[in-house]
Amino acid sequence: MDITIKRQLERTAVKVRLGIIEGVYNAKSGHPGGSLSIADTLTYLYFARMNLDPSDPQMPERDRLVLSKGHTAPALYSVLANRGFFPVEELKTLRHIDSRLQGHPVRGKIPGVDMSTGSLGQGVSAACGMALSGKLSNDYYRVYAILGDGEIEEGQVWEASMFAAHYQLDNLCFVVDNNGLQIDGKIKDVMSPYPIDEKFKAFGWNVVCIDGHDFDQIEKAFDNAERTLNRPTVIIQKSIKGKGVSFMEDQVSWHGTAPNEEQYNQAKAELEQQLAALS
Amino acid sequence: MDKKATRESYGEALVMLAEKRNDLVVLDADLAAATKTGIFKKAYPDRFFDCGIAEANMMGVAAGIATTGKLVFASTFAMFAAGRAYEIVRNSIGYPHLNVKIGATHAGISVGEDGASHQCNEDIALMRTIPGMTVINPADDVEAKAAVLAMADYEGPTYMRFGRLAAPIFNDPATYKFEVGKGIQLRQGDDVTIIATGLMVAQALSAASELSDIGINADVINIHTIKPIDREIVINSAKRTGCVVTVEEHSIIGGLGSAVCEVLSESCPTRTVRIGVQDVFGHSGPAPKLLEEFGLCAENIINVVKKTLGK
Repeated sequence: MDITIKRQLERTAVKVRLGIIEGVYNAKSGHPGGSLSIADTLTYLYFARMNLDPSDPQMPERDRLVLSKGHTAPALYSVLANRGFFPVEELKTLRHIDSRLQGHPVRGKIPGVDMSTGSLGQGVSAACGMALSGKLSNDYYRVYAILGDGEIEEGQVWEASMFAAHYQLDNLCFVVDNNGLQIDGKIKDVMSPYPIDEKFKAFGWNVVCIDGHDFDQIEKAFDNAERTLNRPTVIIQKSIKGKGVSFMEDQVSWHGTAPNEEQYNQAKAELEQQLAALS
Repeated sequence: MDKKATRESYGEALVMLAEKRNDLVVLDADLAAATKTGIFKKAYPDRFFDCGIAEANMMGVAAGIATTGKLVFASTFAMFAAGRAYEIVRNSIGYPHLNVKIGATHAGISVGEDGASHQCNEDIALMRTIPGMTVINPADDVEAKAAVLAMADYEGPTYMRFGRLAAPIFNDPATYKFEVGKGIQLRQGDDVTIIATGLMVAQALSAASELSDIGINADVINIHTIKPIDREIVINSAKRTGCVVTVEEHSIIGGLGSAVCEVLSESCPTRTVRIGVQDVFGHSGPAPKLLEEFGLCAENIINVVKKTLGK
């Protein structure tokens, strides 16, 4: 990846993280941990990969993204706002009465959101439907679905995975955000989904394993997905829950907790420092 | 009177629909031969997708297809469509108000020999609670076909309930008109109102005919759209007769009987008796015998009406 572009994406990702913290702090609730772990990949997709137009969110040929791990809506909202789908200032209304920014994404409320999600394991099936529909009418858009690593404990994920491989949905790409933590603890202790890569391979998928915080690897993974024909691709990204905010990193307690004022100020200071270092 | 199972009408209607809608997609979950989407599959194999025995995923796939603007029908037995996949129907179809048509067959006790595990008497109750969901339960071949064609032009999530057992065809295809949310007055009488749905409408008609022989004149109303229910027709009839009997091949909890009671208790308090499955599970047996055993027949309707009127 071109170093200038990479630097730009890194800067944008920090801004996205600032938006996540802003939203969750003002909401006094929400899910910062998994939002921060997926921030780099979402930034890459919306700023460097997907065919989309913020001024025409319903453009028929747009690429689709389903945030199947819907609780990380703060990340999606921040990416969409920073990409120009709605004002960044609006992130402060997250989870407020009358806000478009519901606790979990809602189709039709916010420009850029194609599917309502939040109940884990469901978004992947909708993504399969979008991909199948594209195949059926020879529309060449691509469909992305973002899953949590705890989410894949849901049986519906494997129904969908079987379906996608059976119908050779090579226009479909899952990203499993493998940050290793779910609400009750480490995924390996709560209900281990490992080996994740072998499971998807056994289901007939093209599997790519990467570091979810390295833009070079992220780009190569999506290149690989786009090149792969006749089967869907899953990108399993190792990531750090809470990435970018020191005291939130790899801490299960930050799955669904909002920072208090002091923590908010510290998180913001850390991220602003990162931004300054990147300019 | 000719008979046909409404599941058969469903399969045939899908083929009729495909002739004018080239964006029609039909999904099934390994039951195409039974739900009769197999009729569609044979005619339009490129627009039919089997999802395998995975109803939760099928409902989600239907939702995803609907987001792209195509017309999609998802079919399986009522037990799995409304029961197993309930939360997916609620969150992935109902919440985003997507234009998915759920074609649920083998509803009610008339599934017969398969027994209680497959006899879904709770689907109307489940589907009725989802905001924005339209719930349709056609009574015969004519109504079932008309309903499928009409609902294809209606934008929004719809649950359509079809039966396994051949049902008498009492509607005249030449004059029948399906209007979503509108009940149909099939017979006029001032002594009692019989409100029926689905397979029970023909039974209600035959009960009313026998009742008139003994001097009891019944209003017979066919409620094919259980949600949104036709409040006006229910209230007007109740006002006139002062006594209502509901008949459904469904639990008396949450279905037509409940819907009618909700309307009447709020707007026109009227004595109402509910005929249906009395909060029990069914069991194996030939459908006609089961219907009799569970009181889902003209004879029981007559008895209940007579008892309620003290005659």
